[in-house]
Amino acid sequence: MHILKLIFRNALRHKLRTALTILGITIAILAFGILRTLVSAWYSGVEASSSARLISRNSISLVFSLPLSYKEKIRQIPGVKGVSYAIWFNGTYISEKNFIPNFAVEPKTFLELYPEYLLPEDQKTVFIRDRKSAIAGRKVAERFQWKVGDSITLKGTIFPGTWEFVLRGIYYGAEKSADETQLFFHWNYLNERLKKTTPRRADQTGVYIIGIDNPDQAAEISEAVDKTFKNSLAETLTETEKAFQMSFVTMTQAIVTVIQLVSFLVIIIIMAVVANTMAMTARERIGEYAIMKTLGFGGWHIVILILGESLVITMIGCVLGIILTFPGAGYFGNTMGNFFPVFDVSAMTLLLDVAASFLVGLIAAAFPTWRAVNIRIAEGLRRIG
Amino acid sequence: MRIPLSYSFRNLLTRRLTTTLTASGMALVVFVFATILMLAEGLRKTLVDTGSYDNVIVIRRASTTEVQSGIDRHQASIAETQPEIAIGQNGRRLAAKEMVVIINLPKRRSEKPSNVTIRGINEQSLLLRPQVELIEGRMPKAGSSEVITGENITRRFRGCGIGEKLQFGMRDWTVVGAFRAGSTGFNSEIWGDVDQLMQSFRRPVYSSVTFKLRDASDFEALKERIESDPRLTLEARREIQYYADQSEMMTKFLRILGMSLTIIFSIGAMIGATITMYAAVANRTSEIGTLRALGFQRRNILFAFLAESMLMSIVGGFIGLFFASFMQLLTISTVNWQTFSELAFSFTLTGSIVYESLAFSVIMGFLGGVFPAFRASKMNIVDALSTR
Repeated sequence: MHILKLIFRNALRHKLRTALTILGITIAILAFGILRTLVSAWYSGVEASSSARLISRNSISLVFSLPLSYKEKIRQIPGVKGVSYAIWFNGTYISEKNFIPNFAVEPKTFLELYPEYLLPEDQKTVFIRDRKSAIAGRKVAERFQWKVGDSITLKGTIFPGTWEFVLRGIYYGAEKSADETQLFFHWNYLNERLKKTTPRRADQTGVYIIGIDNPDQAAEISEAVDKTFKNSLAETLTETEKAFQMSFVTMTQAIVTVIQLVSFLVIIIIMAVVANTMAMTARERIGEYAIMKTLGFGGWHIVILILGESLVITMIGCVLGIILTFPGAGYFGNTMGNFFPVFDVSAMTLLLDVAASFLVGLIAAAFPTWRAVNIRIAEGLRRIG
Repeated sequence: MRIPLSYSFRNLLTRRLTTTLTASGMALVVFVFATILMLAEGLRKTLVDTGSYDNVIVIRRASTTEVQSGIDRHQASIAETQPEIAIGQNGRRLAAKEMVVIINLPKRRSEKPSNVTIRGINEQSLLLRPQVELIEGRMPKAGSSEVITGENITRRFRGCGIGEKLQFGMRDWTVVGAFRAGSTGFNSEIWGDVDQLMQSFRRPVYSSVTFKLRDASDFEALKERIESDPRLTLEARREIQYYADQSEMMTKFLRILGMSLTIIFSIGAMIGATITMYAAVANRTSEIGTLRALGFQRRNILFAFLAESMLMSIVGGFIGLFFASFMQLLTISTVNWQTFSELAFSFTLTGSIVYESLAFSVIMGFLGGVFPAFRASKMNIVDALSTR
């Protein structure tokens, strides 16, 4: 236990230097944690997807629609439990800055297929019955201080005009990964108006959401759906919800990669700083190590001394950094909150934090240790300062 | 009397490991700083170059992109007959009614699909965009199922090379040419005959009307008239403004990310410099005492240590910039959230980025060195000399 005491005493010999190094690590771990959280926020849609759902869209691309008549045909395919449909509406609330993901959906089947969106029973009944109604996620309702009964006006971008809704319910996510930032309203409400204004766009939907009994059958059912509409004016492309969400991530893969690279760079930078501190420390104490060797302490003692000091410094910084990551991610999530539905620090991120700090401590101590162990006693004693 | 710069320089050389570690920390920070500026500049340049100041683009009111917009034939023909539109050499108005949609194509290497913009053009479209030049093959014949692809698409997406075929809208489309359009967003598009494309996509409406103004200053009057015409539900924007608006979110994201990273990273590097300089001062206490005894002023000592720190950081700055300049060889290709389609842009190094990065590294060196240098200059001669 004496050696542990010595390690701590050593770490505190240059209080300012140690404090600065710890501060450096704290900041680096904070940055690393936020960047990793940013990356996992990117994947939040993938994370939240269910293996019991397939998404069918127009095979040309998402901007093309599918006719409503497909609904019955899809329902007849064996293994299909339920079918719902949704359109990306992309209305803006007051100004473009207030981004809310909003969809026109068929409410009854939609809520059946998305059991993770919890809605009080009375609100659910009213929402399904009232064609002009809409429901919003808890987070978005908090953000704009909406209450049940409020009227909400969206300005259409894809579907021109102003659209008025009455908020009839606020849903909660059953799991932490569920997206609580969306707004859903009746597909019928949209369709009735399109019939009057632009009939060619009526009776169309953006995607079909297909609930299946057995996730193992996903591939066969997808194929069966696509086969049904092969060689038609609107061919479909059906994939699991996970694959569908993943396609959004891969489209912006370059940005994710850049963020990941940068998160590693931050660790390398802090490695240089800690290595510098350790190199200076070991150089100053080379005489002491020589004395220890003279007294009969083995090379391992010196290794433990230097490595221990390095790890003590990095681990203190790591703990402080992790503590700060939570408010940091909270703040960052709020500034960028409109982009990411879920911005939570995951256990994986914390694990990586610890692993990175440990690695930094280890590598930073490597070279000074090697030098201290290998220096000849006489040479070590001769060196001053 | 000043302490010569070589004193500071040689001090750095005596402790190579420490100097190298600190300078490389700085180099990494400058690298990140410069790369992010280069990325933002590349994006800006791509989008600014895409538009021309005297071109006007008309889309449906309240739609933010061409893809969302829809203009029926009747409105489009009113828009393209405005009196402010310039007349081309062929005696016709320089106006193009175009259709823009997105198709999902797999990338060559990863097989992962991404969204590519496909633009239906007419013969005036090319005249409106002088940046566009055919680099291989020929233009598509009017009325045929032929397309040409932008150079970023030709290489990256399956079926987009010359002679290859693309399948969409129940037809095969032959790629007959490849075009380059400077460093603009058009490089990430596929172009084909507008009438053929509208037909095969069953989309009876145009997406936009783009035209060149006879006189760029006519814009305000034209905008006023188009937007107040009761027959039209359209809005007019200068082309450069339109493309700048399209990347607003991406630019904002890059800016927030870039700023926060730079601040965090530079704090790390400055801590590194401070630690190094404090150690340098502590190691040389008696030396500082000697210098003072020789008659050098406190001021001189301060400057010598500041110079040492700044010298170190500027070396780091140059190294960082050196490596950052290689990033110009890379092209980032990603989907722009606002247009939901593929956009490729490269890291662009400009003179002002070089200047800013070096200034940034000098400032880091100054801030990192200023406290240790003050400590050195505050030392009492007798105390300093009496240590060891």
